[in-house]
Amino acid sequence: MTTPMPDPSGAPVDDDLLRRAYALMVVTRALDTSAVTWQRQGLLPAYPPLRGQEAAQVGSVLGADLTSDLLFPTYRELGVAVAADVDLVGYFGNHLGHWNGGLYDPVASRLAPIQAVVGGSVLHAVGWALGRALDGENGVAVAYLGDGASSQGDVHEAMNFAAVLEAPVVFFVQNNRWALSVPLHRQVAGESVAARAGGYGIPGLVVDGDDVAAVYRAMRTAVEHARATRQPVVLEAMTYRRGPHATSDDPGRYRSLADEATAGADPIDRLRDRLTASGAADESWFADVDTDATGRIDALHAVLVASSPRPGADLFEHVFVHPTPQLTAQHARWREESDRV
Amino acid sequence: MSDTILEAQRAPTGIRSLSMQQALNAALSDAMALDPRVLVFGEDVGALGGVFRVTDALQSRFGESRVFDTPLAESGIIGTAVGLAMAGWRPVPEIQFDGFAFPAFDQIVCQLARMNYRSRGALPMPVTVRVPSFGGIRAPEHHGESLEAYFAHVPGLKVVSPSNPHQAYHLLRYAIAEPDPVIFLEPKARYWNPGEVTQEPGALEGAVIARPGRHATLVAWGAMVARCCQVAELAAEDGVELEVLDLRWLKPIDEPALAESIGRTGRAVIVHEAPLSGGLGGELAALISQLCFGRLKAPVERVTGFDVPYPAGDLEDEHIPDVDRILFGVRRVLEYGRG
Repeated sequence: MTTPMPDPSGAPVDDDLLRRAYALMVVTRALDTSAVTWQRQGLLPAYPPLRGQEAAQVGSVLGADLTSDLLFPTYRELGVAVAADVDLVGYFGNHLGHWNGGLYDPVASRLAPIQAVVGGSVLHAVGWALGRALDGENGVAVAYLGDGASSQGDVHEAMNFAAVLEAPVVFFVQNNRWALSVPLHRQVAGESVAARAGGYGIPGLVVDGDDVAAVYRAMRTAVEHARATRQPVVLEAMTYRRGPHATSDDPGRYRSLADEATAGADPIDRLRDRLTASGAADESWFADVDTDATGRIDALHAVLVASSPRPGADLFEHVFVHPTPQLTAQHARWREESDRV
Repeated sequence: MSDTILEAQRAPTGIRSLSMQQALNAALSDAMALDPRVLVFGEDVGALGGVFRVTDALQSRFGESRVFDTPLAESGIIGTAVGLAMAGWRPVPEIQFDGFAFPAFDQIVCQLARMNYRSRGALPMPVTVRVPSFGGIRAPEHHGESLEAYFAHVPGLKVVSPSNPHQAYHLLRYAIAEPDPVIFLEPKARYWNPGEVTQEPGALEGAVIARPGRHATLVAWGAMVARCCQVAELAAEDGVELEVLDLRWLKPIDEPALAESIGRTGRAVIVHEAPLSGGLGGELAALISQLCFGRLKAPVERVTGFDVPYPAGDLEDEHIPDVDRILFGVRRVLEYGRG
């Protein structure tokens, strides 16, 4: 039976939190925009922008507790990494082509390695959350997925396993209305992933994913519900992927400017208007945030530009804890024959 | 392997006569008693004790937290095992039958096999995936498949198959203690054959000579080892001394053992249940030609299942290498070049 989840609208949101969210969203946007430029300049082989999903990503992290919880990202979670204060040089190691999965410490960062099978990590969140519960710990796993991933069988299996095995997972669905080139109605006939939650006997909640306060409240409530009851929750943040799927994409082939206009107001503008209207921030504060973001990105850029390709020997490390004789022999042969030793 | 693990791995109750199914059950029970991080889960492994009773009574001994039934979904089982390993557990999931490993293929190949690499050693995967495997029991479709070639091809996985109760006990203990993911293929046709399980494990890495001989080497694993020993018995009546090399580990393959045995006999017949094309026999033949090229007296022979979908019970015995087909293979390598 589904245990009722408290109404998230009662969760407190103060001005400090909103200012913090705003600063993180601005850094995320600036970094995301820069990353597209860096790809055009040849620094990154490819990059999947998240433009438009900043409120959903930042709000979701602020609603979790990174002293105990673990986040399971996809490949489009830069805002999550920024909000979780992950080492961004390590994070961009993935996009630079240095290392698939990134070079940050996934355990210390509370962010599992980036992986690119759509829906592939959602089951890992279930196993991890179950494992923490078996240890008597109160960690909640946050599984990031999108409307496209919701079509994967693994996502169904994960929601069902989590519900049956009582694994405290928040399935955080960023419904950005596009699965690469395919619109939501061609992916999810009911147009809501959270609507499926009832079938699993767990709470499902839809939230305005471009309202960071609403995302934070819903996430906070969902995480605490999962923690208290070991019951998973499906939380669906309705948002819009304002950029292309990736830097190699051409959205003009599958959506019009009129389609894009349905995205509504930009989440950063919305938060800025709110902070201005309430008097929680003024022009000079916003200017400082922009300056800080620019400085941070310039510093990161300098490090990324100076970063070296990984040494060739990286190929052979960590395939196994105990390498096979065959792999050891291949490594030795490579050392004799390669000029990248 | 460290001496501590070796010490702990000795079968605690001395010499016992057990079936392979009982030996595997004892190995799981002893591993769980030794290491509180070991978890057993899968379809029907709890109250039922598994469809082959390999997990019999484990739930009553270790509780429902450490031995639990999952929903009926193999990808879910393996994906959950990956997450449990990330949380520091040592999962031993069961895939109920070989043919149902395919729904879990992505989680095994793209996730389980790569997590240690992807995380640069931060998230090792000490997971042992038990799979009742191979044919020979008149089972329905998808209950008689050979998976070794698929999984031996995947970087990051190790693959092993025991051929008798003693090996089943000790190799399963070894696999569970391994820090890397191991695909553990149990020859279900041998589940009920008894054998002695002794306290001393013996060598646990690499191949073992199941029967010594000098005229040709039969290379086999799983249920084919016993069949090859039977072939060797018959050949001995005609004065032909066949060596049977029980490969055990299908990844990594024991190259020195191949080189030593076939370098000595000069002739090799590889026997496996899986279809010929793309089977592990091809990899073995390449290794043997490289390791023993100058000493080979005949081309390497392969006696295998045919390139057909695994058949229904009526035709199973036509598909799996039988004594006669293996003897024909032996004759081909012995008579090669005699005209």
